[in-house]
Amino acid sequence: MSANSHALVMLRRNVKHLTRNPTSVFNAVLMPIIIMLMFVYMFGDAFSVGVDYIDYATPGLILLAVCYGLGGTATAVNSDMTKGIINRFKVMDVSRGAVLTGHVIASVLTNVIAIAALVGVAFLLGFSPSASLTDWLGVAGVAVLLAFAAGWFTVALGLSAKSPETAGMAAVPLVMLPFFSSAIVPAEKMGPGLRQFAEYQPFTPIIETMRGLLRGAPDTTDAAVAVAWCVVIALVGYLWARSTFTKRA
Amino acid sequence: MTTSAISVSGLRKAYQDKVVLDGVDFEVRAGTVFSLLGPNGAGKTTTVNVLTTLLRADGGTVRVAGHDIATDAKAVRAAIGVTGQFAAVDELLTGRENLQLMADLNRKVAGNGERVVAQLLERFELTASADKPASTYSGGMRRKLDLAMTLVGDPQIIFLDEPTTGLDPRSRRTMWSIVRDLVADGVTVFLTTQYLEEADQLADRVAVLDRGRLVAQGTPDELKRLIPGTHVRLRFTTAAELDAAAVVFPEATRDDEALALRVPADGGTKSLRALLDRLDEHSLSAEECSVHTPDLDDVFLALTGHTTEAAK
Repeated sequence: MSANSHALVMLRRNVKHLTRNPTSVFNAVLMPIIIMLMFVYMFGDAFSVGVDYIDYATPGLILLAVCYGLGGTATAVNSDMTKGIINRFKVMDVSRGAVLTGHVIASVLTNVIAIAALVGVAFLLGFSPSASLTDWLGVAGVAVLLAFAAGWFTVALGLSAKSPETAGMAAVPLVMLPFFSSAIVPAEKMGPGLRQFAEYQPFTPIIETMRGLLRGAPDTTDAAVAVAWCVVIALVGYLWARSTFTKRA
Repeated sequence: MTTSAISVSGLRKAYQDKVVLDGVDFEVRAGTVFSLLGPNGAGKTTTVNVLTTLLRADGGTVRVAGHDIATDAKAVRAAIGVTGQFAAVDELLTGRENLQLMADLNRKVAGNGERVVAQLLERFELTASADKPASTYSGGMRRKLDLAMTLVGDPQIIFLDEPTTGLDPRSRRTMWSIVRDLVADGVTVFLTTQYLEEADQLADRVAVLDRGRLVAQGTPDELKRLIPGTHVRLRFTTAAELDAAAVVFPEATRDDEALALRVPADGGTKSLRALLDRLDEHSLSAEECSVHTPDLDDVFLALTGHTTEAAK
């Protein structure tokens, strides 16, 4: 049996978990939509961003959808760790990475479902991007790359946390981070300090890349920075997760 | 069979500067039950974690099923089954799905999974609850499911880390009979426990671990022979009575706190009658009289200078 088929068995387990744990699905899929409705209807008219607010906000909300899914991943990984499930797999002749890969892929899948639902609702709210098919593929690529990178990072967080509760808490900054980026309002409208933070944090170039693609005018500098950030986050997360997985017993 | 299933020599493990295992040596013959006995914090779980490849040893050599754990961990993993201290079952899956998961991950049962799962459910009397989520199982059922998961693929060496901690007496007996059945099938069992009775009941050999060192090992009977023999325990109501009795039985040891006297005797009716007659002659009567044969608790106290309870 190869490493791939072990990862597939683990993925099947994670998918079963998702279908039996409605709260995590609620958090991952419905919360971003609720937040979108809130911002678009309640605050949308108050922000002047130069274009229709829904067109401005959708890329940022895609990012938010990724982040909301991560809380569930962190909790699930940690519960496997603290309840001895990971140790059970570790003493079996099971390929080392399979259990972690399973969690990452399940996390990406949840994110993809959440993003698809969110974009669907955005269209209902009048979202009108001028992206070509290639641009859309670009958006999908960036979103999956981010989901993958953040997934590895979150798996590492989950492995390191002391309990499922602290693991859930550890993911909160990830959920907050999009608010301090150009997701909801442009960075130049923020106060000093916060503005610099928003401009230089990893989520802003990722959002700007998607924004550019959806406008049909992608910015290559933003795209390069976005991809670089994702690669760095994925690598740090992967190495951190692997070393915690090996050490912690 | 005289082959070694597990052989450990000079095993050392420390966390930072805290020494947990300080040069442990033992052999476990194939097809026997070996019990590692000790209070909480003695290093039992650390030993299991090292032997099952979860933790790296700092020193010494360990061979499990003939493979060196340091250089051939993969082969060790393929030969063993491990049930940890806490029932590691997936609560969101049903009992059947938990077992199926193990079968899907086991190279030895590939293609045969459903039959293996059904047999294990049957054997552990879990068939009726097989399709309910494991989160609804009682403590005893979880332990049974946990052990059943360990047995998928018929491992030849099984590690059980405190398998009955937290179980009610009835579930404990069920667990014991399962372990006996395993041994009857030729499986080697490495068991840790803090219950002396459990080691006494199940183990062919017992090693007593205290603060990272083995303070004794042997058969349960050999260990019992290490300490003073059978005695009669007399408990009195007042200190004055105890004092008077202590004069009558100078060979006895007294326990002032419990107002009790331990008189060496062989437990036969003849010596017991003689003892009671002597009490009568001096117009003394004990409130309670009990015949005490040494158990492993006494061994533990004699070997380590503290009881299992005191160390908790």
